[in-house]
Amino acid sequence: MSEQIRTFAELEEKQSACTKCMDEKFSGKDGKRHVVLCGGTGCLSSHSDKIREKFSEVVKEKGLEDKVTVNQVGCFGFCSQGPFVKIYPEDTLYRMVKIEDVEEIVESDLINGTVVERLLYVDPQTKEKITKQDDIEFYKKQMRIALHACGQIDPENIDEALGAGAFVGLAKALKMDRKAVIQEVLDSGLRGRGGAGFPTGRKWSFVPDTDEPKYLVCNGDEGDPGAFMDRSILEGNPFSVIEGMMIGGYAIGAENGYFYVRAEYPIAVKRLQIAIKAMEECGLLGDDILGSGFNFRVHIRLGAGAFVCGEETALLNSIEGKRGMPRPRPPFPAIKGLWGHPTCVNNVETLATVPYIMREGAAKFASIGTEKSKGTKVFALGGKINNVGLVEVPMGTTLRELIYDIGGGIPNGKEFKAIQTGGPSGGCLTAKNLDTQIDYDNLIAAGSMMGSGGAIVMDEDNCMVDVAKFYMEFICDESCGKCSPCRIGTKRMLEILTKITEGKGTMQDLEDLKELAVNVKTNSLCGLGQTAPNPILSTMNSFMDEYIAHIQDKKCPAHVCKNLMSYVIDKDKCFGCKMCQKGCPANAIHVIEPEYIGEGKKLPAMYIDANACVKCGACIATCKFGAISKQ
Amino acid sequence: MAHLQQSAVKQIEEICDRYKDEDTPLMMILSDIQKEYGYIPLEVQELVSEKTGIGVAEIYGVVTFYSFFSLKPKGKNVVGCCLGTACYVKGAQQVIDKFSEILGIKPGETSEDGMFTLDALRCIGACGIAPAVQINGTVYPKMSVDKVAPLIEQYKGGQA
Repeated sequence: MSEQIRTFAELEEKQSACTKCMDEKFSGKDGKRHVVLCGGTGCLSSHSDKIREKFSEVVKEKGLEDKVTVNQVGCFGFCSQGPFVKIYPEDTLYRMVKIEDVEEIVESDLINGTVVERLLYVDPQTKEKITKQDDIEFYKKQMRIALHACGQIDPENIDEALGAGAFVGLAKALKMDRKAVIQEVLDSGLRGRGGAGFPTGRKWSFVPDTDEPKYLVCNGDEGDPGAFMDRSILEGNPFSVIEGMMIGGYAIGAENGYFYVRAEYPIAVKRLQIAIKAMEECGLLGDDILGSGFNFRVHIRLGAGAFVCGEETALLNSIEGKRGMPRPRPPFPAIKGLWGHPTCVNNVETLATVPYIMREGAAKFASIGTEKSKGTKVFALGGKINNVGLVEVPMGTTLRELIYDIGGGIPNGKEFKAIQTGGPSGGCLTAKNLDTQIDYDNLIAAGSMMGSGGAIVMDEDNCMVDVAKFYMEFICDESCGKCSPCRIGTKRMLEILTKITEGKGTMQDLEDLKELAVNVKTNSLCGLGQTAPNPILSTMNSFMDEYIAHIQDKKCPAHVCKNLMSYVIDKDKCFGCKMCQKGCPANAIHVIEPEYIGEGKKLPAMYIDANACVKCGACIATCKFGAISKQ
Repeated sequence: MAHLQQSAVKQIEEICDRYKDEDTPLMMILSDIQKEYGYIPLEVQELVSEKTGIGVAEIYGVVTFYSFFSLKPKGKNVVGCCLGTACYVKGAQQVIDKFSEILGIKPGETSEDGMFTLDALRCIGACGIAPAVQINGTVYPKMSVDKVAPLIEQYKGGQA
């Protein structure tokens, strides 16, 4: 039986003991060295678990077990540089560590105290090697509230969470009147992080003050392609989300909380299960929590691969074991939700932010951000950007800071073209929006939306018509089919877009596309359909010239659409090595006849037979001389 | 129910019993069956219906709604190519096309020998290491067209 935490005093005692423990770990007062490894999805796929095992093995081999601990932590956020290894108390951060590097780190750093320089992060601008995480440009402008303790604590260890401020906010809330808790969250100005940005406190206040069962549901059905903050929070600090859920549950008078998590996120589910079990064992979940009289239990339900279940009423249907189709509103879930009872649905990041507000106070939270959007927002920075990863910045940060200062700009010297925010419901922002301050209202005014925080950067090689088609394919696949504007409208829009990318479009198609888009937007039943045309409208708005190039010139300016581009070999650059010919699946590459040998070359040059070419791009990848290009 | 083996009937009944205290257990039952057998054929749906009292039509509706549930068996190796936005802008389409070409199957299909199923996935949240491919749960980061053939070989040989 694990240690019980049944009263406020017991919690405080445990918290201070654990805090001391963590402080000693970070400051080195315990006389030990601590190795932590990232255990997020990105780093795990680069074998951080095997590297961790190797560390334990080598530490044991060298007889260092008493002096060195090896642990996993949640996501560091800087996924493109993973896997990460950090060593306390020096706070040395090694990146892109491989299993072969383990012995050297142990030998050099842990035994001889010499930093392994070749594994340090190198600033791409100054070319300087950087030892500490906080000195890296990527982290400098960040501020971690929702991602609190992610990358610091072992997400499977409740003691480490307790040492990092877990349940301080809960204890404070349980000592307050529940109306006062709602007021505190209202005062903080927190708005829902799932996308629409509805004030969280207002949502809680809609739940009627009745005696019937009520539910708090956490929406972890993070479906927007390109967004993975909810996953990282659940994987990095599940305790904070459960704590936020409990505070919300207390505020609305619910005794049961449901996590609805995508089945695609097995690690998140596992860590959530471990956290719930640990809390049940010590009495932090169950009856009469901390002696306050508040009862709360947490349950997990898994999705089964349907994007529309991120819509709150569809999600409730899915928990009820039905097809995940949205319900007409009203009645809103706050009145008639799960099994017909009042229900509040909040997003993972929203709930992870709540403990901070209770812990530090609404005023402190409200001092961060812009006038109407308070606090911070986590973005999943992806696509054509140097520093791919998860970043949390104060609202009001500009897109330029996000892309260039934190993101490190566009790789390979390419030109920035657009940043897509809000996933399939959002839109593209271009160079002219770079100085826009990010907040809910500014992004909408600029023609996109916050969404869940996916931010995909595109460069000159991305075709915007193709991107619009990509999103429409996604929506078409995921439309549940309940209402006809969405079911039929998205299909027709996809057909028109496909026609355009195949070079068969007409100018009339553009008119039809716009008309359809407006119709689908206004007439669909739920948020999925109502926002589905956004990527089309936004790309038509900013990149009309590309649409016209596809239709009138039959050219894809970014050389993406297969029907509108071709591969060619520059005969003067070709060395005649025939590597491309060997790799060509269509047998489309031959020696030029009559024979042509470029200046300074020894073998005859090759050409691509455009009629036989299937445009797979295999040849470009094999050519070592850069002689093949798209036109 | 002539097609189901006695052991399978027993196990499916056991899965149904696991959730007998839950209010609406259907999704959980189906998830467990899908995980155990890789598919949920009609005979199994009938059995679940008998056990839970939920109509077969409703169960069929749920099975066909969610992409994780499948009516047909999947291959021994399930290749999932992420086609989320981050992967897509970094060339995931070419990667899945290459899988498709080598395996001779379209996304959603299973090869005749039952060795491979090819699936197009919608964002697996591994955007930091795009384009990502997931085979039997293991994620392969930063894929490219030329890495496809060796990876398939690895699974053909049964090493992985």
